[in-house]
Amino acid sequence: MKELQDLAQSVEQGQVQKVSGLTQQLLDSGVSPQTILNDGLIAGMTVVGQKMRSGEMYLPEVLQSASAMHGSLKILKPHLVREGAQSRGKIMVGTVKGDMHDIGKNLVSIMLQGAGFDIVDLGLNVSPQKFVEAISAHQPAILGLSAMLTTTMLNMKTTIEAINAAGLRSSVKVIIGGAPVSQKFADEIGADGYARDAVLAVDKVKQLLGVSA
Amino acid sequence: MSVSFRALSVPDPSALMFGRASKPVSCGFGLELGNGQVYPELNFTLPTMVLDESNWTAVVAHYEEIGTSIQRAAKRLKLPGLMVEFELLPPMTEHPSWGAEITAILHRHLKQAHENFGLPCALRVTPTDIRDVTRPPELRSGKPLEALLRSFDECAAAGADVLSIESVGAKEVHDEALLYGDLEGVIFALGVLAPRDMDFLWNKIVAVCSAHTVVPGADSACGFANTAMQLSSQGMLPEVLAAVVRAASAVRSLVAYECGARGPSKDCAYEGPILKAITGTPIAMEGKSASCAHFSPVGNVAAAMCDLWSNESVQNVRLLSGPAPEAYLELLAYDCRLFNQALKSGTERAYQDLLVESDVHLSPQAYILSPLSTGRIASAIVKESNHYAMTLAAARESVLILREAGQKKELDLNSREVEWLERISRDLDALPVDEQQLLVSMQERYGHLFSAASYGL
Repeated sequence: MKELQDLAQSVEQGQVQKVSGLTQQLLDSGVSPQTILNDGLIAGMTVVGQKMRSGEMYLPEVLQSASAMHGSLKILKPHLVREGAQSRGKIMVGTVKGDMHDIGKNLVSIMLQGAGFDIVDLGLNVSPQKFVEAISAHQPAILGLSAMLTTTMLNMKTTIEAINAAGLRSSVKVIIGGAPVSQKFADEIGADGYARDAVLAVDKVKQLLGVSA
Repeated sequence: MSVSFRALSVPDPSALMFGRASKPVSCGFGLELGNGQVYPELNFTLPTMVLDESNWTAVVAHYEEIGTSIQRAAKRLKLPGLMVEFELLPPMTEHPSWGAEITAILHRHLKQAHENFGLPCALRVTPTDIRDVTRPPELRSGKPLEALLRSFDECAAAGADVLSIESVGAKEVHDEALLYGDLEGVIFALGVLAPRDMDFLWNKIVAVCSAHTVVPGADSACGFANTAMQLSSQGMLPEVLAAVVRAASAVRSLVAYECGARGPSKDCAYEGPILKAITGTPIAMEGKSASCAHFSPVGNVAAAMCDLWSNESVQNVRLLSGPAPEAYLELLAYDCRLFNQALKSGTERAYQDLLVESDVHLSPQAYILSPLSTGRIASAIVKESNHYAMTLAAARESVLILREAGQKKELDLNSREVEWLERISRDLDALPVDEQQLLVSMQERYGHLFSAASYGL
């Protein structure tokens, strides 16, 4: 459908007003909100992710696309709720205790939102206990832990141990990221995955949740 | 604020030379900086380990081992002088006595080296700016500020010779603006908010230094310009944006000197050469020999005007040769022998040219760090009379420098970088002359991220 292709292209180009306008037009013409979301917004953001990965787009351009998508989502959300549309999944993110770095974590949040996931962001310096309480309250499918320091990365392990001790580990998958960590470290502490950057974090989440595109 | 810089201390860019500063600094055990030699500045950190009370004995053992290896290497390499930097980890600032204990250990090792084999040396101590523990950060009151100031005081009492910091005031706005490529927000953070916090914080640091007869070193725009540099190196931001942010960030770092800082500047403050041109004080720099900590496109040019040459940070892990800090001290020592031999033999200009020319044509971030570019940016800054105008002037001058370099084919900018350079230029031109006008619009856009009270607004 040409209008949906236009929408996807406008998302890619970060045209905030045009994306909102096209979204409303598509709704008015009877296209289902789920189709608009999947074939317009997420399709556009998928191309954005690919272009960022290949170095064709810089972050400010990616964020402009994400802003365009968010504007559209504001219009779509009530319709999606009415239709009982299923979210692609709820992802919780946070920087571990003792660590004040949050740029990487914020980028992951933005890219995951762009890929259609719901985000619960606990912020920075989050204690294991706070992660446990938030998992109980929000029941995310995946928890993303971030750390930037060699002396705080071990708090990822402590956090996973606390989730285990609370009997919640089987209900949530855990992925980790940050400058000092690696796949090897993820394996050592019992995480389900590791991603080197925000684009790969989206891939990892999709892989863990069995989402195809 | 006590000093204003309205003229360059080093007006001739060709006089900006490694090992020479117009206002040398003496510190510690007979170490003279900027007085005709370049010295290594060794920095290190803990390997992956828990840092808390239960593990403190192991933490102390690491710093003892580092101190011992520094003494061993300094003697073996016949170092003519050495700066050691102890950069506190956040818990060591939150618990000021912890940082002071490690300071005392390192001070003891340097004192022994000086007494046993006459090593001129000094200890720079850099507490962590822990004031951003909350969002928005509470910068002018609260327990983190109290702990930070106590940390300065206790480390000074424990044997620090130079105090420095990488302060983070306005980073909460700058991070967001940078990610969105919002030049208005970047200049607002660097030119309006950050100088206010620098003024607040550095007056307090200088007071601590005065009370202990310790040298107030300097600050670093690490949280701002190095964030841009790293995002750029990952392909997330255009290099020209990182270069402009670097130039603009020099003004917030300059505020430390306005409050009484005397240098040496911090190693990660790549804006150091601009500060050297303005203030004449010695600078620490890092480049190719800091790849243990991070990568950069300025590995050689960063050395062109340095007075201390640093490795930024290396974990205390075992390498084939020995402990990593000892290995990196050897690397820095050989780098410094070359600087000093060039100075001794009168070939320093040729050596500086090699350092500059080998980098500047490959990266905008390197191009703006050449002595010529540095001099131009510094000149643009001192012509203005307030921090906002100075920041804007530095950013605009860096755009001009990069545009000219592209036109003269001295710098290979691809079409996307050129596009971004022009976008940055347009955005800078659109900024208001009056900072109050900018303040109003930025409070609307970023007011949710910062507390006006933290900046005395």
